[in-house]
Amino acid sequence: MVGGENLAPHQGFSPMSAPPALAVKMDGITKRFPGVLANEDVDLEVRAGEIHALLGENGAGKSTLMSVLCGLYRPEAGVISLKVGEEFGPVDIGSPRHAIELGVGMVHQHFKLVKSQTVAENMIIGKEGIPLRLDMKRIGVGISALADRYSMSINPDSYIWQLSVGEQQRVEILKVLYRGASILILDEPTAVLTPQESADLGRALRTMVAEGKSIIFISHKLDEVMSFADRVTVLRQGRAVATADVASTNKAELARMMVGRDLATSVSKLESEHDKPMLELVNVSAINERGLPALQQVNLELRQGEIVGIAGVAGNGQQELAEVITGLRDTTEGSLRVRGRDCTGNSPRQMIEAGVCHVPADRLGVGLAGNLALSDNLAMKSYRRAPIARGPFLNRRRMGSEARGLIDEFSVLVPGPATPARNLSGGNQQKAILAREITAGRGFDDGAVLVAAYPTRGLDVGAIEAVRERLLSERGRGSAVLLISEDLDELVMMADRIAVLHGGQIMGVVKPQDTTIEELGLLMAGERRS
Amino acid sequence: MDLVESILSIAIFAGTSLVFATIGEIFTERSGILNLGLEGMMIMGAVSGFAAGYHSDNAYVGVLVAMAVGGVFGLIHAIATISLRTDQVVAGLALTIGGTGLASFLGQKLGPDGGPLVGLIGPRFVKVPIPGLSEIPLIGEVLFNKDQLVYLMYILVPLAWWFLYKTRPGLHLRAVGENPQATDALGVNVFRLRYGYTVLGGALAGLAGAHLSLAYTPGWTENLTGGRGWIAIALVIFATWNPARAVLGAVLFGGVNAIQFRLQAEGTTISANLLNMTPYMLTVIVLVAVTFFEGFRKRVGAPAALGLPYNREERT
Amino acid sequence: MTSLKFEKRLTTSPTVKWGVPFTSLALALAAGGLLLAGVGVNPFTAYGAMLEGSFGSKVALTETLVRATPLLFTGLSVAIAFRMLFWNIGVEGQLVMGGIGATAVALFLPDAAPGIPQSPWVYLPLMAVAGMAAGAAWGIVPALLKSALGVNEIITTLMFNYIAILFYQYLFTDPWKDPAGFGFPGSAEFARFAWLPRFSGRLNYGLVLGVAAAILLWVVLNKTKWGYEVALIGENEQAARYSGVSVFRNIVFVMILSAGLAGLAGFVEVSAISHKLQQGLAVGNGFTGIIVAWLAKLDPLRVVVVAVLLAGLLVGGDQIQISLGLPASIAQTLQGAILLFVLGGDIFSRYRLRLIRTAAD
Repeated sequence: MVGGENLAPHQGFSPMSAPPALAVKMDGITKRFPGVLANEDVDLEVRAGEIHALLGENGAGKSTLMSVLCGLYRPEAGVISLKVGEEFGPVDIGSPRHAIELGVGMVHQHFKLVKSQTVAENMIIGKEGIPLRLDMKRIGVGISALADRYSMSINPDSYIWQLSVGEQQRVEILKVLYRGASILILDEPTAVLTPQESADLGRALRTMVAEGKSIIFISHKLDEVMSFADRVTVLRQGRAVATADVASTNKAELARMMVGRDLATSVSKLESEHDKPMLELVNVSAINERGLPALQQVNLELRQGEIVGIAGVAGNGQQELAEVITGLRDTTEGSLRVRGRDCTGNSPRQMIEAGVCHVPADRLGVGLAGNLALSDNLAMKSYRRAPIARGPFLNRRRMGSEARGLIDEFSVLVPGPATPARNLSGGNQQKAILAREITAGRGFDDGAVLVAAYPTRGLDVGAIEAVRERLLSERGRGSAVLLISEDLDELVMMADRIAVLHGGQIMGVVKPQDTTIEELGLLMAGERRS
Repeated sequence: MDLVESILSIAIFAGTSLVFATIGEIFTERSGILNLGLEGMMIMGAVSGFAAGYHSDNAYVGVLVAMAVGGVFGLIHAIATISLRTDQVVAGLALTIGGTGLASFLGQKLGPDGGPLVGLIGPRFVKVPIPGLSEIPLIGEVLFNKDQLVYLMYILVPLAWWFLYKTRPGLHLRAVGENPQATDALGVNVFRLRYGYTVLGGALAGLAGAHLSLAYTPGWTENLTGGRGWIAIALVIFATWNPARAVLGAVLFGGVNAIQFRLQAEGTTISANLLNMTPYMLTVIVLVAVTFFEGFRKRVGAPAALGLPYNREERT
Repeated sequence: MTSLKFEKRLTTSPTVKWGVPFTSLALALAAGGLLLAGVGVNPFTAYGAMLEGSFGSKVALTETLVRATPLLFTGLSVAIAFRMLFWNIGVEGQLVMGGIGATAVALFLPDAAPGIPQSPWVYLPLMAVAGMAAGAAWGIVPALLKSALGVNEIITTLMFNYIAILFYQYLFTDPWKDPAGFGFPGSAEFARFAWLPRFSGRLNYGLVLGVAAAILLWVVLNKTKWGYEVALIGENEQAARYSGVSVFRNIVFVMILSAGLAGLAGFVEVSAISHKLQQGLAVGNGFTGIIVAWLAKLDPLRVVVVAVLLAGLLVGGDQIQISLGLPASIAQTLQGAILLFVLGGDIFSRYRLRLIRTAAD
C-alpha cells in the first residue's frame, strides 16, 4: 500500500535515466452514455513525479476519462495499469473505494463535501483503518500535521459551510492525501480561485510532485496549462489528439489541437456612445438563505448600449445580484431603478414587465422546465400576452408556430418544438433561453436590461461564439447587458466596464483596456482599489 | 402526587411505541430515504406480532415476528425507492394503504382455524418492577415498574444517539443522507447503507406495533395503531433527526394520552370524540412551532438529500 | 464479471408503453393470488367472483358506478394537488367536512331562513357550495401553513383527517343526533328537497357532476394560462418564479380547488346516498383517491376510467365477503399492491435493463 510517506527519490522524473517510471497507463479507454460517446479509444500515460495536464474543451471527455480512472464509471473497453506494490500492471478498478486503495484520488470540480459536517469528519468518511469509536481529537491532530506539510493550513473542527470556496478545495486535496493517494486528479481546480490563490495551489502541487506523487490536472485554460504542467495530453471530442512536453510547445499549437482550428482571439466591438441610464442600483443590500449579508451597499449603473461585466470568485454575491435585479430576491436596503423608474421591491413579474430579461446561471434548475416541451419553455415569458394568450385561454397552435420561428432564428438544434427541453444539449438549451429572453426584450424599442449569468459556462466553442455575438448585437441595439462571468478573458473581451465583487461588495469598477489580470486578481481577493 | 405519578407513568408507557417508530424513521431518513409507509409497517407489526405471540404462546416470538415482518416491508420500500427509483412519497403511501388493508385481512384470518383474531387473549408483556430502583418514590413507579420492551427502549435511545454521533458507521449514515455523491466517491456503499437502514426502520416500526398489541393495549382490534405511525413521522421533524430529542416528543404525546385517559376515568362530560382529537391537534401545533422556530434559525436538520433518488452514472 | 444496470431509454415504443403497466397489474394480482391461496382460497375462483360481482350484471355495474362516484371527485382532488407537488393526503378529511357543510345547510337552513324556497333547485346548489366551502376551508389551513411557513403538508393534511373524522363522529353522536332516532347514532333525515336525485338504484347525478368536473378540469389544465402555470410550478418551482408566476398564490388556489372537489364528494354522499349524517362517510375514499390519481398519471380524463376500475375492485371485494366469506379488506390490500407494482414497474418504461460486461473480462 502506498502511504503518505516520502517515496524513494529514484521514482521522480529524471531526464538522465532512460524511460521514466510510469504511474498511470490508460489503454484504449471507451466510455459510452446513452446517445453520447464520451471517450473513444483514449490512451494516456502519466509519469511518476510529474504534473500532467489534460487539456480539452467542455465536453471533450476529460472528466469522464478521469471518472473512469477513479472508479466512478466503468468503461466499455480498455485497460488501466497502475503500480500495485512493486509491480506495475493492469488493474480492474471496480469502485471509488478500490481506486483509493490503489492510491488514486480525485478532487472533483463540484466539491464532494458534506456541508453539515466538520473538516475532520469529511476527511475520515469511508477511510479504512478508522476505529469504530471515533476519537476526533486525535484525528484532528493528524490532519493539522498533514496540512502544515503542504502549507495548506486548515482548522479540522470547522464546519464545511463556514469555509470559503478556496478553503473547501484545500479540504478536498487534503482528503485525498490523507487517504495516502500517490496519484491526484484535480478537475478544473483554478476555476474557483483568484489568480493569487492559484499561484499558492501551484506551489503546493510542486511540493507533492517533489515527493514523487503524480498529479493529473484537468483544464481548458491554456495559460494555466503552460504555467503549471510538465506535460500535456489534449482531448478533442472524446479522443486523445496528442501528448507533448509543455516546454516544447506553445499556446497557439495547443489551441489548434484543442479546437481543431484557429481561435478567434477578440471580437469586434464599436465604441458605446449612449449615456442614458437603463438600470441603477443605489446602496443595495440583500441577505442570503442563511440570513447572512450577501450584498452590501452595492452601487452600480448600466447605461444604454453597454456591457458591464461582473468579475469575482464564485459565491461572492453574483447570484444574489442577478436575483435582486430580476425581482427574485428582496433587497434589505437601497433602491433599484429601471429606465429611471423606481422598481424597488418589485415582483419577478413586474420586473419582466419593466423590460428586465434574465439568462440564469442554472439553466435546467431555473431557466427551463426540463420535462416540458421546448415550445412551452419558449413561451415562459410570452404566454400572458396575445397572440399566445386569448383571454384566459392559451393558443397552443400559436405557441408551437412561435416556437418554430425562434428555433429557426436562433439556430437551436432540436427535432421539433415538442421535444422536452431536457433532451437538448447544453449549448442548445442556452440558445433557447437566449432566444426567449431576447425576444421578451424586443418590445422595448430603446433596448432591454439583460442580465446574463455565466452564459457561456459549459458550452463548446461554436455555441460560445453564438452566445457572445447575440449579447453584442443586443448591446448594439441599445440594450444594457450585465455579464456575470468567471472567465476573465471573456470579461476583458466583451465588457465596456468591469465591476469586481468580493464579499458582496463592489471593490472597484475598471475599464478592460486600462487594467491587468493582476489588478483584477487583487480586487477579486478583496484588495480595494486605491 | 398520585395524579402526577400516574400521568407520567402512562406517558412513558404510551410513548414507548412512538420512540421505537421514531428512531427507526430517523435512521431511515438520515440515510436519505423518506418512509411514509411507517403506519402500514406498524400495523402489520401489531397484527403479526399478536398472531405469532398467540399461536406460540410466547410474547418474545411475537416481537421477533413483528420485527421481521416490519423489516420485510422496509425491504419492499427499499427495493421500490432505491433500486426501482419510484417516488418515495407515493411508494410509502402505497405501503401504508396496502399494509392497513393486509393487516385488516390477516386480522380476520390468522385466528384459530382461519378465524378472526379480534377478541382473543394472548400472551402479553407485564410489568416487571426492577428490585430496588422501583421503590424510589415517584420515579420508581414512573420509570422502573414497566414491561421489558420499555426497558429495551431505555437501552435503545442512548445507543442510537451514541451510534449516530460517535461512531464511524454513524458518521457514514449522517454523510450519506446529506451528500450521497460525496459519500459514494469516498468509497462508502450508498446502496447497501440505504437498504440496511430502510430495513432497520421497518423492523423498528414492527417492534413499535408489537408493543401496542402485546403490551400497551394487548390484543388485536382494527385500526389499532390509530395514526401513531404518522405521528412518529411528525416527531422525526420535532426531534430534528436526533434520537435523544425523539424521546422528549414521544413522552409528550404519551402524556397527552395519559391526561385524556385520566379525564375519561374521572367521568368528564367532554365527548370522547373531542378528547381523542388532542394528539392530532398537538402534532399539528408542534410541527408548526418547530418549523417556525427552527426555520427562523435556519437550521432545520433535514438531511439535504432526503427523498432524492441516487444514481451514480446519471448525467443531467 | 457481469452486472445489471439501468440505461435510459431515449424513445418509448407502444409495446413498452402499454406492456409495462399491464405486466405490473398482472404481477400485483398474482401477488394477491398468492395471499388468497395462502388462506386456502382458489385465487381464480375469488377473482372470478370479484369480476362477476362488480361488472357481471346490470345491478353489479350500477353498484360499481355508485362506488366510483366519490372516487371520481377524490381522484381529481388528489390529481390537481399532486400536479403541483402539493402532497394533499387530507382528501378524506376534506370530504368529511364537505359532508358536514352540506348537512348543516340541509338540516338547519330551512328553520333559520324559512324565506328561502324549499326546492331542490335552490337547496342542492346551496348544499353543494356549502360542501365545497367547508372542504376548501379544511384544505386551506395546511396550504397556508405550507406556503407561508414551510410546514410539511403531508403531516398536517393527514392529522386534519383524524380531526375531521372525530369531529364528524362527535356531531352525529352528540349535538346533531336525531332525538327521534331511537338512540341510534345519526342526524335526522334531510327533507326531500335536499335529496340529490337518483336515476337507477342508488346511481345518482353525482356521477354526471363528477364526469363534468373531470372534463372541465382537463380543459383548465391543458388549455388555459392558469393550467400552464400549474404545470410550470409542478415541473420546476424555481423556473415558475423566474417566469413571474406567484407560487404562493397558486398553491393556495390549487388547494382551494382540490379540497373543494373533495368537499363536493362529501355533498354527493350525504345528499344522494345517506340523506343524513351518519357512520359511513369516512370509508377511505380519500386514500383510494390517491391511488386513482397516481394510476391515472394525474390526468383528469384518465381519472374517470381508473375510478370505475378501482370501484369495481372494491365492489368485488364486498361481493366475495358475502359469497366466499373472505374479508373485504382484500380489496384494499390489492389496491396497495397494484399501486406499488405499477410504481415499481414504471422504471422499465423509462429505462432498459442491460447486462453489462466489465472491461476486465
